[in-house]
Amino acid sequence: MMTNYGNRLTQGQFSFLPDLTDAQIKAQVSYALKQGWAVNVEYTDDPHPRNTYWEMFGLPMFDLKDPAGVMQEIDACRKTFASHYVRVTAFDATRGWETPRMSFIVNRPVEEPGFRLDRQEMAGRLQRYSIHSYAADKPAGERY
Amino acid sequence: MATTLEDRPRTAPPPGGAVSGGHDQDNGTPGAVDLRRLYRDTGIGEVLQQLDDELIGLAPVKERISEIAAYLIVDKARRAQGLRSGSPSLHMCFTGNPGTGKTTVAQRMADILHRLGYIRHNHLVSVTRDDLVGQYIGHTAPKTREVLKKAMGGVLFIDEAYYLYRPENERDYGQESIEILLQIMENQRDDLVVILAGYKSRMDTFFQSNPGMSSRIAHHIDFPDYSAEELLRIAQLMVTQIDYRLDAEAQTAMREYVERRMSQAHFANARSIRNALDRARLRQAARLFRTAMSAREGDSGKDELMTIAAADIRASRVFGNEPRPQKIAAALPEAAISDR
Ligand SMILES: Nc1ncnc2c1ncn2[C@@H]1O[C@H](COP(=O)(O)OP(=O)(O)OP(=O)(O)O)[C@@H](O)[C@H]1O
Ligand SMILES: [Mg+2]
Repeated sequence: MMTNYGNRLTQGQFSFLPDLTDAQIKAQVSYALKQGWAVNVEYTDDPHPRNTYWEMFGLPMFDLKDPAGVMQEIDACRKTFASHYVRVTAFDATRGWETPRMSFIVNRPVEEPGFRLDRQEMAGRLQRYSIHSYAADKPAGERY
Repeated sequence: MATTLEDRPRTAPPPGGAVSGGHDQDNGTPGAVDLRRLYRDTGIGEVLQQLDDELIGLAPVKERISEIAAYLIVDKARRAQGLRSGSPSLHMCFTGNPGTGKTTVAQRMADILHRLGYIRHNHLVSVTRDDLVGQYIGHTAPKTREVLKKAMGGVLFIDEAYYLYRPENERDYGQESIEILLQIMENQRDDLVVILAGYKSRMDTFFQSNPGMSSRIAHHIDFPDYSAEELLRIAQLMVTQIDYRLDAEAQTAMREYVERRMSQAHFANARSIRNALDRARLRQAARLFRTAMSAREGDSGKDELMTIAAADIRASRVFGNEPRPQKIAAALPEAAISDR
């Protein structure tokens, strides 16, 4: 993360690959729907690796048969939040799982400055580390 | 009922036969597409056959469905030959009086269009106004969109579609829903087939006030009322489907029933028949109990359990009989009561 590999955020599935095309996204969503998972679209401009809860774009989509509806939402979200990170998450509500089973980025800002590693000297030789997003220094909405 | 779609003269010939002419010689042409094979591969023949077997009458409706099937198969063949094909619009509107089979046919449409590869899933979402239109400002659009997303890839069936438009209330949220529908019907034809249904006159009024809707619908299909003959056959079909039968006298009674019922108020075609049979089954059950109670043993044979007699039908109000106030005790086994 600290190296900002390829100057791009690497979180979730497929993030070391080139960005997925819409056809590829559609195929992934199709797969999720076939498993009976609820798909939702989320966005953020604070992609700190510990920021697990991104904002939801609309409600999660239950009972869909076809990816067309999800693609529509992805497009709408990209339009509204063009310079944010947008990801698609597929949630498995099956008892015992009750967790996201898929998550991948479908939109990213043009410039991705990445993260800085902060070191803090403590008593003794103790050192604390933290990850700091360059973009998050600016107020929300002006970050990317 | 035994006639197949193939040899029935009143409707269009089956798509395969219709276009290939049923001759083998076409197969030799270089690069030719075997329409009959396409026809067979889709399995559409069985679906149309089933439609024909399970739905009595409705000749014009079946004919139109055959035409659509033929069209889609030819479209497939054209694409295989690299010919241009503007994705056809298949939005439909079913109009007709109550009980003429609109809902039933719409349910089948999803299966048919799926077999023909026009929609991606064999999937029908059936809604009415309440599922689309919200209660307050800002509620309608998300509600309509959610329904549309669920229906994507399949068929969206809107029953009694005219309720979407309430001219008496100019701030009605229904209009908002209609506008979203119009947009999707135009721009996402590949993703969704919309079928509207309702009574003819009210649908006409609806289209007059929403011309955009009417022009986006390629197929306006009118469901005719059934003839007495057809209603009788529907009755026969319905009883066999639930393992009952009408004995000879009951058939005569049913014929008279149909004739009388047709001229009375609130006649709802096949639904009236279904309701009449439901009541006849109630009466049959009561009758079986009465005979069993008055006899020494309570045995009823399989035959008796299956048979609806003329009396079960003739007791109907349609024959001028006042509904008799039934005493519950009369129908109940006395033994059962005294046992308690
Ligand atoms: N041609 C037919 N053959 C056999 N059964 C039929 C036929 N048409 C309708 N039915 C039966 O009649 C009943 C009513 O049909 P359906 O609900 O499709 O009518 P509808 O046109 O949608 O009526 P409404 O306008 O009142 O909603 C159903 O139970 C259906 O199975
Ligand atoms: Mg109906």
